[in-house]
Amino acid sequence: MTDDYYRRVGGIRQPDPTLGKRVPVTPRPEPAPEPPAPQPSQPEPQPKVRRQKVVLAEPTRSSHSLRARVELEEQTSWGEMLIKDLMKAQLRSGLLLAAFVLVLLGALPIAFYLSPTFATMRFVGVPLPWLLLGVAPFPLLFGVGLWYNRLAESHERDFVNMIEN
Amino acid sequence: MNPWALSGVVLVAAVTFYLGKRSSRYANTTHDFLVARRTVRSRRNAAAISGEYLSAASFLGVAGVVLKEGADALWYPIGFTAGYLALMLFVAAPLRRSGAYTLPDFMEARLASEPLRKLCTVAVVAIGVLYMLPQLQGAGLALEAVMPAPAWLGAVGVTVLVTVNVMAGGMRAITVVQAFQYWLKLFALAAPTFVLCVVFFGTGGAGSAGSLGDPAPPVFREDTTVTVETGASFEVSEETPVWLPAEEGGQRVWLPGVRYEVDEGTTLRFPEGAPVPAVSGGEMDNASWLRPAEDAGALLGTYSLIFATFLGTMGLPHVLVRFYTNPDGKAARRTTVQVLVLLGLFYMFPVLIGALSRMYVPELLVTGRTDAAVLLVPSAMLPGVPGQILGAVTAAGAFAAFLSTSSGLLVSVAGVVATDVLAGKVRDFRIATVTMAALPAALAVSLPVEDLSLSVGLSFALAASTFCPLLVLGIWWRRLTWPGAMVGMCVGGGLVLLALVLNVLSEYSGGWAPWFIEQPALLTVTAAFLATIVVSLGTARRIPDDVNAVMLRLHAPDPLGFMRDRAEARFGRIEDRSRKRGKHRK
Repeated sequence: MTDDYYRRVGGIRQPDPTLGKRVPVTPRPEPAPEPPAPQPSQPEPQPKVRRQKVVLAEPTRSSHSLRARVELEEQTSWGEMLIKDLMKAQLRSGLLLAAFVLVLLGALPIAFYLSPTFATMRFVGVPLPWLLLGVAPFPLLFGVGLWYNRLAESHERDFVNMIEN
Repeated sequence: MNPWALSGVVLVAAVTFYLGKRSSRYANTTHDFLVARRTVRSRRNAAAISGEYLSAASFLGVAGVVLKEGADALWYPIGFTAGYLALMLFVAAPLRRSGAYTLPDFMEARLASEPLRKLCTVAVVAIGVLYMLPQLQGAGLALEAVMPAPAWLGAVGVTVLVTVNVMAGGMRAITVVQAFQYWLKLFALAAPTFVLCVVFFGTGGAGSAGSLGDPAPPVFREDTTVTVETGASFEVSEETPVWLPAEEGGQRVWLPGVRYEVDEGTTLRFPEGAPVPAVSGGEMDNASWLRPAEDAGALLGTYSLIFATFLGTMGLPHVLVRFYTNPDGKAARRTTVQVLVLLGLFYMFPVLIGALSRMYVPELLVTGRTDAAVLLVPSAMLPGVPGQILGAVTAAGAFAAFLSTSSGLLVSVAGVVATDVLAGKVRDFRIATVTMAALPAALAVSLPVEDLSLSVGLSFALAASTFCPLLVLGIWWRRLTWPGAMVGMCVGGGLVLLALVLNVLSEYSGGWAPWFIEQPALLTVTAAFLATIVVSLGTARRIPDDVNAVMLRLHAPDPLGFMRDRAEARFGRIEDRSRKRGKHRK
């Protein structure tokens, strides 16, 4: 577009005649009808030119986050406190979930022992203890595992975000 | 002899060999042999861990224990699975981030002590050999059931096949093999279970030995002659006619409330309709079989079992070494979540087969070979070729279980021996493999066969009382010292071995052992934890100087890049090109 404009006047560049004027809708709307036509009709023939990003030096982390890393590595009191907090959070969620599972499963033997009626109950013809011991624990264990995975990963994400900002 | 089963076993062996050979093509460095270059994706690693973990004790043993003990036995699968939850909550990610390549190496990384490393090496080898023994013996038994072969042939065959695979590619070779064998085992148990359940409901929902809903004991469906293969004392809950062909005038009636000692090798004949006697201490009739623990001793034994399996899994060296193959800590955790699914899926089936076997093959209760229930139920329920084919499928699955578990154990033990006793080159790993395979094979051939679940239960108790306190305290407690760790290990391990000796003594002199000798974990684990903590507090000046740096490495999230690969530090870097090839996806 612009190349044509300059070529027309013999290679001498002249100021754009539309400069500073309110041109209603003359040359500008031209590209609007153009792009939709070639794009759907001939997408294939164009050779695939991939845009390549050339990076000469990548500032991986800001100087601020670098300082945080160094503080962690140098074991300053602040860095030590950070990692202790992370450990505490992870250990707490681990212990809580383990206690949750142990209480749920650990209550079963004593419940069966104390209440013979509970131990001989039936559900759709199958003895209740067999359902509670043979089937139910496995989805429970998987659910708790998934839950812990989420908690632990979010703790770690928070930690990384804190270090990097 | 069952030609179908024989071809199933041969097929499994051939596929195992092929997969191992194919995946060990690029294995040429110590990193390949020890930790498969730490490039195993979480999905494949989860299948490999499950495949390795579902040993003969899970594949055959769980159904056998269910047949014998009923509802109480359901705690075995729960504990086996819950062990992975404990492992994930407390150990998985930090263990991987330590960058260690064996369990002793982790201990040295954390506590900087050469003697502790040596002690851990000994413990790993002991647990490994103890765990491998029942696998090899089980292989002998399974092969004996399939074809007329001496018992040592199965043990030696499995040893040779596993050794060849491990020598060719170490961890790299067995990862694919174990992942494949998980799916094989799942199929080999799920498919027969579905068919047998259809047969069961198709015949009106009651087995030939009487319905499980009846309070009475199961009965023999025809005149049955059984040979007692393990000497035991039996009890009956109703008057039971017995015919002892070996003695003159051998017609007897067994009365309730009396113990009848029967020696190994005795042949007994029961008429049709006679109630099946139970081994003393087992569940006598179906009503008590259906019900969980009814007396206080059994209740505490149940809790002790839960404890042993919950904490024992994290101390098994062959399980831990698989976690080192994950690319990072996050992947280690994700692997474990998937393991929980895969195990839960699998354990539905042995329980069902165990319940079916109570109705169709109750004579196993007398012969004492309850572990064979999985192999024998199909042909008992489905006569003719269909039953034989289903039996072949389960036999092939059982063989896969022996192969995958013993290859995992062999890699972990050989890795420890190669890096701690030898120099850690690939050649050393191969030498260690041959020696460490020969040792359990020789023991398996020469020692008498024990109950599968017994020695596995013992391995769990041993692992829970030795490595579990060290790992948990080492990862979460800064004040652990190496003298504390050593004392804790010796106390825990020593107590378990003492319980084992007492248990064997009590078996020979009338079974007087209370629950805490039969299942000692509840006490020994507590004792090991206490000893470790007390001695560590007493030797506070031995806390390693770099404890803060180590803790940072164990717990800092992966993106911060504090992880150091100790294998690279010792055996040199791996060239980058091949490292990229198996890049982790997640």
